[in-house]
Amino acid sequence: MTTLQLAPTADFGIFGDAIHLIFHGQQAQTAGRTVGGISAIWDLTLTQLKVTGLAMGCGMLIALPAGVILGHFGRGEFLAISIGNLGRAVPELGLIIFMASAIGVGVLNLTIALTILAIPPMLTNSFVAMRQVDRDTVQAARGMGMTTREVITAVELPLAIPTIMGGVRTSSTNVVATATLGPLAGVLTLGDLILQPAVYGQQGVVAGAICVAVLALILELCLAGVQHLLTSPGLRLARASA
Amino acid sequence: MIEALPYAAVVLHNRTNESGCVPDNGLFCPSWAADNWHDFVTPSLQHLVLVAVPILLGFVIALGLAIVAHRRRWLMPPILGATGALYTIPSIAFFFLLTPLIGRGRETAIIALTVYTLQIIFRNILAGLDNVPAGAKDAGRGMGLTQNQLLWGVELPLALPEIIAGLRIAIVSTAALATLAVFVGGGGLGTEIFTGSKVFNTRLIMASLLVMAIAFCFDGLLLLLQRLVTPWRRAVPA
Repeated sequence: MTTLQLAPTADFGIFGDAIHLIFHGQQAQTAGRTVGGISAIWDLTLTQLKVTGLAMGCGMLIALPAGVILGHFGRGEFLAISIGNLGRAVPELGLIIFMASAIGVGVLNLTIALTILAIPPMLTNSFVAMRQVDRDTVQAARGMGMTTREVITAVELPLAIPTIMGGVRTSSTNVVATATLGPLAGVLTLGDLILQPAVYGQQGVVAGAICVAVLALILELCLAGVQHLLTSPGLRLARASA
Repeated sequence: MIEALPYAAVVLHNRTNESGCVPDNGLFCPSWAADNWHDFVTPSLQHLVLVAVPILLGFVIALGLAIVAHRRRWLMPPILGATGALYTIPSIAFFFLLTPLIGRGRETAIIALTVYTLQIIFRNILAGLDNVPAGAKDAGRGMGLTQNQLLWGVELPLALPEIIAGLRIAIVSTAALATLAVFVGGGGLGTEIFTGSKVFNTRLIMASLLVMAIAFCFDGLLLLLQRLVTPWRRAVPA
């Protein structure tokens, strides 16, 4: 009788262990206490979402008005583009450990580090989005007697929303991913599962990775929905018929 | 303070005979940097590989996918969706999801980073191909070019600025992301950033600056390449 040898069970089994850790918890590797379980994972997820939300909120408050206004007036192109390029190159790992070691640990410092990461894509995209708006359209709006404020809010912003939201989505993907490194700054996010194999074991590493990936995908889908809602109905029609 | 720092506990280098700034662990200690720069050579070379290989692989795969999607338009949404979903999965999660399947090491990091670059490069190649003026394509067809000749002789060259713009974004972000390879034993400059319990600011800052220097060197090289391969863009009519 032949037994079906399910190839490297030890290798794939770890995904099963990881799922078990997420939903039911397990004994800690070192002490006898129980770690993991859906409520503990939920707490870590909420912390990760909280720092992501804080950093995205601060980043949006700084980057979007700056990008939109600079873009509207066509000033500071060098600034907006250079900050975008420079920011992309900053290694997130170095930034977080540096903030923790040079300034201190805690939610505030993690938020500052993540905000620094959140700003560049949103600043560059909102600047480029405003510049890409057809100049003739803006001229027509002015010709109709619109004020600067009306031109920005009623004409340029609706046309710029897809590119601006592209920047917001890139930023949020980066920030929610980097918030995984939160434990390095003393904030227990889902990264705790990954960075403490002594407590959670190797299945903790996999469990953390699964949770982070799922969280990032859900966030991206939510933001895609937000973008759909923000896109003006007229543009949606134009795109559908194009 | 130390209790609050489970991973990044600051342990000062208590070497009293060391000159000046080392025991202070200030922002930057030039004398330490001058004495220890050779520690960074191997990690920097590893980092170059961690950036260059994923970009090359990502470019080849994305170019293939883009050409297929360009010829068969109905394939575009599924490919875009797949690369988009892969792009959204954070690299740090990807590293650890790959580890049980293919083990730790440089290859794991290279695969995860390659997957990350796909979406950026793919989108830009497609955008570049879409923006080729219809007149140029018609002229090519009028001269009797086959579909292949048109693609390699007219469409791809005219799409180069967008393609290179995508490569520049991909290469700069990959240089930063490649520091995370340290978590899967992939080497690179991350090893000098994530040093466990001992955070020595000068080491951290030097490694981070080297990462940024690698990013900007690659970026500069691509800019230079763009000037070399698109000579027609410099011939601006007076």
